[in-house]
Amino acid sequence: MLKVKNIETWYDLIRALHGISFEIKQGDVVALLGSNGAGKTTTLKTIMRLFYDLKEEQPEKGTIEFLGERIDRKDTADIVKMGIGYVPEGREVFPELTVLENIMMGAYTRKDRKNIKNDLENVYHHFPILKSRSNQQAGLMSGGEQQMLAIGRALMSRPKLLMLDEPSLGLSPLLTKEIFTIIKNINEKDGVTIFLVEQNVNMALKYSKFAYLLENGRIVRADKPEVLREDQDIKEFYLGIATEQSIKGYKRYRRKVRFR
Amino acid sequence: MPFEQLLIEGLAMGACYGLFGLAVVIIYKTSEVMNFAAGEMAMFSTFIVFHLLTFYHCPFWVALLAAIVFAALLGILVQYFFLRPAKNPTLLSLIVITLGVEMLLMGFASWKWGAEQQEFSLPISYMVTYEPIKGFIISQWALAVFIIAAVVMVFLYFFFNRTSLGTAMRATQQNKHAAKIMGINTDRVFAFSWAFSSVIGLIAAVLLTAKTILDPQFMMEPFLKAFAAAVLGGLMSIPGVLIGGAIMGLLENFFGYAWPVWKPITAFIVIVLVLCVRPSGLFAKHWVKKV
Repeated sequence: MLKVKNIETWYDLIRALHGISFEIKQGDVVALLGSNGAGKTTTLKTIMRLFYDLKEEQPEKGTIEFLGERIDRKDTADIVKMGIGYVPEGREVFPELTVLENIMMGAYTRKDRKNIKNDLENVYHHFPILKSRSNQQAGLMSGGEQQMLAIGRALMSRPKLLMLDEPSLGLSPLLTKEIFTIIKNINEKDGVTIFLVEQNVNMALKYSKFAYLLENGRIVRADKPEVLREDQDIKEFYLGIATEQSIKGYKRYRRKVRFR
Repeated sequence: MPFEQLLIEGLAMGACYGLFGLAVVIIYKTSEVMNFAAGEMAMFSTFIVFHLLTFYHCPFWVALLAAIVFAALLGILVQYFFLRPAKNPTLLSLIVITLGVEMLLMGFASWKWGAEQQEFSLPISYMVTYEPIKGFIISQWALAVFIIAAVVMVFLYFFFNRTSLGTAMRATQQNKHAAKIMGINTDRVFAFSWAFSSVIGLIAAVLLTAKTILDPQFMMEPFLKAFAAAVLGGLMSIPGVLIGGAIMGLLENFFGYAWPVWKPITAFIVIVLVLCVRPSGLFAKHWVKKV
């Protein structure tokens, strides 16, 4: 569905993505994992062409294909119309618009009024809390509700592929679980392919069917979650399961990552 | 002059300032650009009306309609040629750009129509008056100002709150980044808001010509007053500008009656005082981003 080949993204003179490639298949939940500054958000922004303001030639190298069509030189609006929904990091709802207006903004590119109404019902079905808050200003809601709103808003464009940037950011474990359950529902019931970017590796591995591990702008692991879970380095550096039996435990810090 | 008279005239003048302030606010609301060229854009479009009237002898309403189309185009062109090429501009560079546009338009108007004062008459007269309630004399001009201001106001309210494009304009102002993700063509939204603002500016300027003379500098002072009204109203809220405009108009009229020498200054003194007490204006809502 989405094919990314060797993309490179630069911030001025700093190369943030060192030619990464991956593929997302229809109907899957794919996770992109990594720590701070690994390039996860940059990857998503590159796909959405949100660096267009800074530089016209983004990504500098490599191609991005969506449903067989190249999108790495298209406008963001056209990419949204083609069927990629994007939930940005840190929600980014419109604070002074009401919840309903926020949701309807998601359907801005669409003209078919009848279906929009059905989709609105669908969003309310996934997130009942939004219905009871529909006339409230979005900025007055809690972080979890805003996250739900951001996801609901993205669903209104009827995406074939939904990209979520850290849906668990700043949420309690319980809320995170709820959000992930809903994401799973969206994937299974609505048939939306999900591309999940997460720091919460444990959660992401639980819900995804395939996962890529990004480090310093390079993809260092790509496998099924069951395999990744057993990986020594991931266990140690991302899942926090200590395996070494050293008495003082200091050896852990000296060990280098075996990636690259 | 009796009290009632000062009140009505002040309010009418205030409505003009408010209307013109709207032109400033609409642009600021969507793109956070302080448009210092607003006055001269309106002046230029008013000269189009003048030109069509005097040289082509068009009927007034035809000339006005043509000028409205021209004003919309002018707004789009200014946005396209002067503001869009600036990538990641700072606040200061935006101000300099709009000031440059102002100079350009003023120079062009002086070159084309001359810097002298022109004869320009509206079909609504200042001299025809009505007296609906005893003591309250209202001129035809004031009546037209009230009606037009009310119509524009109601239209804007419905536009911003009920239509998809209006909501998109508000959304763009609140979060440009997120608006793009929604598939909103932000450049088109900006162009539209400039066209919109330019047209409203033209309407206000045409109404103001009844009070002043027509020359390339005639919008300087009204622009400053309208700008002050917009700042009073908090630069963001549409009802705020109109109330700010009314305050300006009333103050000016009453003080001008009592101390004519101080008339042009009083309003600005009040602005300074208000900004000392409430720096964000009287009706501003400030939003702190929550994580």
